[in-house]
Amino acid sequence: MATFGNLSDRLAETFKNLRTKGKLSAADVDGTVREIRRALLDADVALDVVKDFTAQVRERALGDEVSKALNPAQQVVQIVNEELIRILGGQQRRLEFAKKPPTIIMLAGLQGAGKTTLAGKLAKWLAKDGHTPILVAADLQRPNAVTQLQVVGQQAGVPVYAPEPGNGVGNPVTVARDGVKFAQQKLHDVVIVDTAGRLGVDAEMMKQAADIRRAIDPDEVLFVIDAMIGQDAVATAKAFQDGVDFTGVVLTKLDGDARGGAALSVASMTGRPIMFASTGESLDDFEPFHPDRMASRILDLGDILTLIEQAQGAFDEDEARKLAEKFQTDTFTLDDFLGQMQQLRNMGSIKKMMSMLPGAGAMKQQLENFDEREIVRTEAIIQSMTKAERTTPKLLNGSRRLRIARGSGSSVTEVNQLVQRFEQAAKMMKTVARGGMPNIPGMGPMPGGGRGKPQQAKKKGSKSGNPAKRAAENLAIASGEKPAGAGAAAPTGGGTGFGLGGRKPAVPGKPGGPTDEEMAALQKMLGR
Amino acid sequence: MAERTPWSLSGALRGMFAKKTIDADTWDDLEDALIQADFGPQITEDIVADLRAKVARYHTTDPADLQRMLREGLEERLSRLDSTLNLSARPAVVLVVGVNGVGKTTTIGKFAKFLRVYDRSVLIGAADTFRAAAVEQLATWAERAGAEIVKPQAQGQDPASVAFQTVERAIATGTEIVIIDTAGRLQTKGGLMDELTKIRRVIEKQAPISEVLLVLDATTGQNGLAQAEAFIEHAGVTGLVLTKLDGSAKGGFVLAVQEKTGIPIKLVGQGEGINDLTGFTPHVFAQKLVG
Repeated sequence: MATFGNLSDRLAETFKNLRTKGKLSAADVDGTVREIRRALLDADVALDVVKDFTAQVRERALGDEVSKALNPAQQVVQIVNEELIRILGGQQRRLEFAKKPPTIIMLAGLQGAGKTTLAGKLAKWLAKDGHTPILVAADLQRPNAVTQLQVVGQQAGVPVYAPEPGNGVGNPVTVARDGVKFAQQKLHDVVIVDTAGRLGVDAEMMKQAADIRRAIDPDEVLFVIDAMIGQDAVATAKAFQDGVDFTGVVLTKLDGDARGGAALSVASMTGRPIMFASTGESLDDFEPFHPDRMASRILDLGDILTLIEQAQGAFDEDEARKLAEKFQTDTFTLDDFLGQMQQLRNMGSIKKMMSMLPGAGAMKQQLENFDEREIVRTEAIIQSMTKAERTTPKLLNGSRRLRIARGSGSSVTEVNQLVQRFEQAAKMMKTVARGGMPNIPGMGPMPGGGRGKPQQAKKKGSKSGNPAKRAAENLAIASGEKPAGAGAAAPTGGGTGFGLGGRKPAVPGKPGGPTDEEMAALQKMLGR
Repeated sequence: MAERTPWSLSGALRGMFAKKTIDADTWDDLEDALIQADFGPQITEDIVADLRAKVARYHTTDPADLQRMLREGLEERLSRLDSTLNLSARPAVVLVVGVNGVGKTTTIGKFAKFLRVYDRSVLIGAADTFRAAAVEQLATWAERAGAEIVKPQAQGQDPASVAFQTVERAIATGTEIVIIDTAGRLQTKGGLMDELTKIRRVIEKQAPISEVLLVLDATTGQNGLAQAEAFIEHAGVTGLVLTKLDGSAKGGFVLAVQEKTGIPIKLVGQGEGINDLTGFTPHVFAQKLVG
């Protein structure tokens, strides 16, 4: 989900010049601010928001806090980060459930924003949390929107209330009202009302939306907006705010390469929080929106927390602890390597995960080329080895390698590469186990780490930087919630980094944009 | 409630052109208006620099002159490419592509109607086998337009095979124009983009493709260019369709798309009604935009 990837790239380019300087002059600041303005406009952030944003950044960058700082450039990065978080809505907000069920959620937005699909995603997400949602088909405008909602409901395993066939027949206000009554009778605790797409300038349709709202008195009105939208985001958002007064925003199609400036614009102009992000076509591609993480992603610090969370979900904690022990006792074997890799696959799309790593913006091309079946091939190779070979890779001589290659349908070269990768991984893990460096991806002690590294390292040390702060917070949460798992939490994250690292160690270590040479090396690592 | 302004920059420009002389504010206002119309920072700078030069050359201080120059400049930029649809082959196969939710299916319904008005026989291929109820949605439009439709036999059938069957049937029945709908796909999804290439290849086994129309949503921002570039690479786009111009978005990014890619805008969609689709005329477009 390299949503703001392009914006990250632009800002990274901007800050490259700043980072090398010891002191900031007013001219430096102006130049940087101009670049930020350009980058934000290119990212479709609304003009008014850009003006406001750059003015804030400029003022603070010229202030005392920067000129007295040890590293002014870093300070500017910090300011931009803070301002982004501020605009994106600071803290994450959760859905507010009604005290007396059912909780009524109404969806509204432009045509083609993705409301119907989102209705299904939201329903599935709620159902997974133990709720009993029902979908109400109040989009009677678009041909067969009702049918689409029924199909989506079926996919999500959620009932759909659709008394009218749609295609212009029926009154959406009545349907919405009846839908809520129906839900009360059948004891559903959440009602999701899908409405027709409408333009902000269409007074009649906006009035209809307001009528629906009045009829059902929803607890949440979610404004669904396409991440690709341009400057019109503000006009549209305002029209919907005046028309139906939404309580939260959902950003869709974040899996594309749109720079997603709309997120900034809408949050800033309406003061309503972005609550969810929709990141793909499958009904599971849906997650709560984290403003602070998104800001870090804009700054290309990577979405480390989401990554760790996903890793924690997929990694078996016992496994992780065993693994951590193995690092320390230096008995890491190919079997463990295999097990780790299989766990990685459980974590879902590796591509998705890799794109959350800091510096991954520059790696997008490589990510696209990375073939997940590569893991299957690796599995085949390891499984073609005998027990003894797996525990003692030193045994692998030429004829054994030839046998393994034949057995797994690969070539000796591929077997050699795998063994090499394993040795690298084992070596790195040893270093880590001894040094105790919590190897969050992107901060790993990789050779050839670009210009981004010193800055990140510093932030870590001072505990003032966001990643460090958040990592600490996260650790606190982890230890608070499940004390037994707290110890394992850090190695778990590490396991991830090195599971990946073992296969493509270059990835986390290159936040600063790899050189051609490094790219070539990486290609090799990826087994190409 | 947003006031129902006509689709145009006139609102944003009114204050500027109502003034007596051109001053520094005029240029700032102009730049803001163009950026807010999604022209993007680069094109905006170009246009403003160009107009500054012209104003200096003609020694004018009258904002009305500036307005005329802006209109003419835009018109000239937009009319550099030929926006005529090429549908002379029989059958003329038209492939419609685009990202999710830009209005491909709706556009096809309107386009079929547009062609039926000229009494052309039309066959529609429902090759969006992915999105829930897309086939039904298209069938409704086909019925409204009075066009035939070829539906997939099974849910999730290979879209290329639906496209193939559609063209096959058009040839068998002597239908003049074939329009093929495809599932919306984000341009970043490599696998799905390859699928488009395959659909193209399969169709071309039977008949050459006359037009590949890329549908772009006017509310899209600068990402429109990335979309166009990816679809041109994978689907060989020959024309652009700009939809949802009935909203408050100006769709200024199409100018950048047209200039960077050399692909002309061919159709414009302005509403959900079946007759809300027209051919693209640079003159009218520039006139309406600038006022």
